Amino acid sequence: MSPEVKPDFLINAEGLRIDGRRPDELRPIEFKVGVLKQADGSAYIKQGKTFIIAAVYGPRELHPRHLTLSDRAYLRVVYRMATFSVPDRKKPAPSRREREISMVIANALKPALFLEDFPKAVVDIFIQVIQADGGTRCAAINAASLALADAGVPMKCLVPAVAVGKADGTLIVDLGDQEDKYGEGDVPMAIMPLTDEITLLQQDGSFTREELLEAMQMGIQACKYIHELQKDALMKAYATKAPSEDDDFDDDMETDLGEAEIIGEED
Amino acid sequence: MGDYSAEIISHIDRNHIKELLSRGERIDGRRFDEYRPIEIEYDIVAAKAEGSALVRMGATSVIAGVKVVLGEPYPDTPDEGVTMITAEMPPIASPLFELGPPKEDAIELARVVDRGVRESETVDVKQLVVEPGKMVYMVFVDIYALEFDGNLIDAASIAANAALITAKFDEYKWENDEAVPTGNRIPVPLKNLSIECTIAKIDDYLIVDPLLKEEFVQDCRLTIAIDENDNLTAMQKGGGSGPMTLEQIERSMDMAIASAKDIRELIRSTAKERENA
Repeated sequence: MSPEVKPDFLINAEGLRIDGRRPDELRPIEFKVGVLKQADGSAYIKQGKTFIIAAVYGPRELHPRHLTLSDRAYLRVVYRMATFSVPDRKKPAPSRREREISMVIANALKPALFLEDFPKAVVDIFIQVIQADGGTRCAAINAASLALADAGVPMKCLVPAVAVGKADGTLIVDLGDQEDKYGEGDVPMAIMPLTDEITLLQQDGSFTREELLEAMQMGIQACKYIHELQKDALMKAYATKAPSEDDDFDDDMETDLGEAEIIGEED
Repeated sequence: MGDYSAEIISHIDRNHIKELLSRGERIDGRRFDEYRPIEIEYDIVAAKAEGSALVRMGATSVIAGVKVVLGEPYPDTPDEGVTMITAEMPPIASPLFELGPPKEDAIELARVVDRGVRESETVDVKQLVVEPGKMVYMVFVDIYALEFDGNLIDAASIAANAALITAKFDEYKWENDEAVPTGNRIPVPLKNLSIECTIAKIDDYLIVDPLLKEEFVQDCRLTIAIDENDNLTAMQKGGGSGPMTLEQIERSMDMAIASAKDIRELIRSTAKERENA
């Protein structure tokens, strides 16, 4: 509840940002896959002080029925902020902002999914923002695509996302809360790394044509880096341990039996 | 958590649970009066919330956050601050929870946890006043379920208390008709730590901290809030319409009083460890 004060500058004399980052530097990002036991798939992301949990349920039966699509699954995204995730207490009822963000997140993820494999079903993505410190819609997409992969929903690729923007005339990547509030512009974007196609693009603030194109190039590079982190997190959750020596012994037994059978057949 | 007596559970599971109970055992090997191990992680929302805690009890987990904001007091209590407790059963936590406005069971959860904290006078609202009649502190505790495997009420109660006991907020003073920050951060004034304990009744067996499967089978549950003096400060019979005898209620009270003591001690000691760390 402490009142926030507008910083004197967002880029200092050395060209560094308010939290000491270089213009193209991301905040530290931590992913973890498989964090909720009840969900079919889940992941969290900690990006700086932003902390978001995403869960996937489905494909499963869709209620209410009238939303049913006969040729593909319905992708339902619900982005919610905890009341305590922001400096002032947020009202518990879903806001217009939360509804819009839910929609753009769904649109960002949809192109990467084979929803046509599950006609009439629903894939539910529930996103809970625990702590918001800028860049929540992009962080939510990063976590949600990992939760989808964890749930085993067939995907063309993961979808990394990042916000680029401008502060004190400098183009910057991964805006923090203050850069978002007091900077000159904000462009959240998500890509499909296989093709570099852009699936989320929003903008506020003012940019020249050249600035915007350059910012988006920076965004694509940052997304590719985040994509590597996402793959690492999946690998960490699913890579199996190296077999122990006992296992080797069992394998030998099986091989022996197999050979014996083959010999038997030849006879 | 809610009334799952109509929820589907196989006869095999149902019989298995009852068969075990008749031998003094439970499906996860616990004693009747034994809680699942309780883990409390503090400061989950350190940058934005005044206090926060994540509580895990087996495969049930909830997160609670405290916000303290300034506001006008209610006209009938000009010299008292305000506390408000809310709890949600969001669909992220279980395939059984549906989207949309809170249903009966979610409303019951919020109200029961609120009774355990607010009406048990955990927070000393008299000390939450900046200027009588004009400006008071409003303490909000909001609770979100993250994973649901039974007994959300107790997990929510523990999380709320843990978040409150570690919360610190900016102090204000009244100067020239407005609230001015003093620069101090002060703890939420707590009078009494009330802990809610839930006992499920299955036939004549009483068990604490029911798992979801046990909730499916229960005739009903009884939640009892116990304060530091072992007084009972709130009760709620719910989770099914099965009746209870006075003798069963008495046994439940004894189980709740014993459990509440351990849980309160756990919150106090983990909060102290956090302070020293």
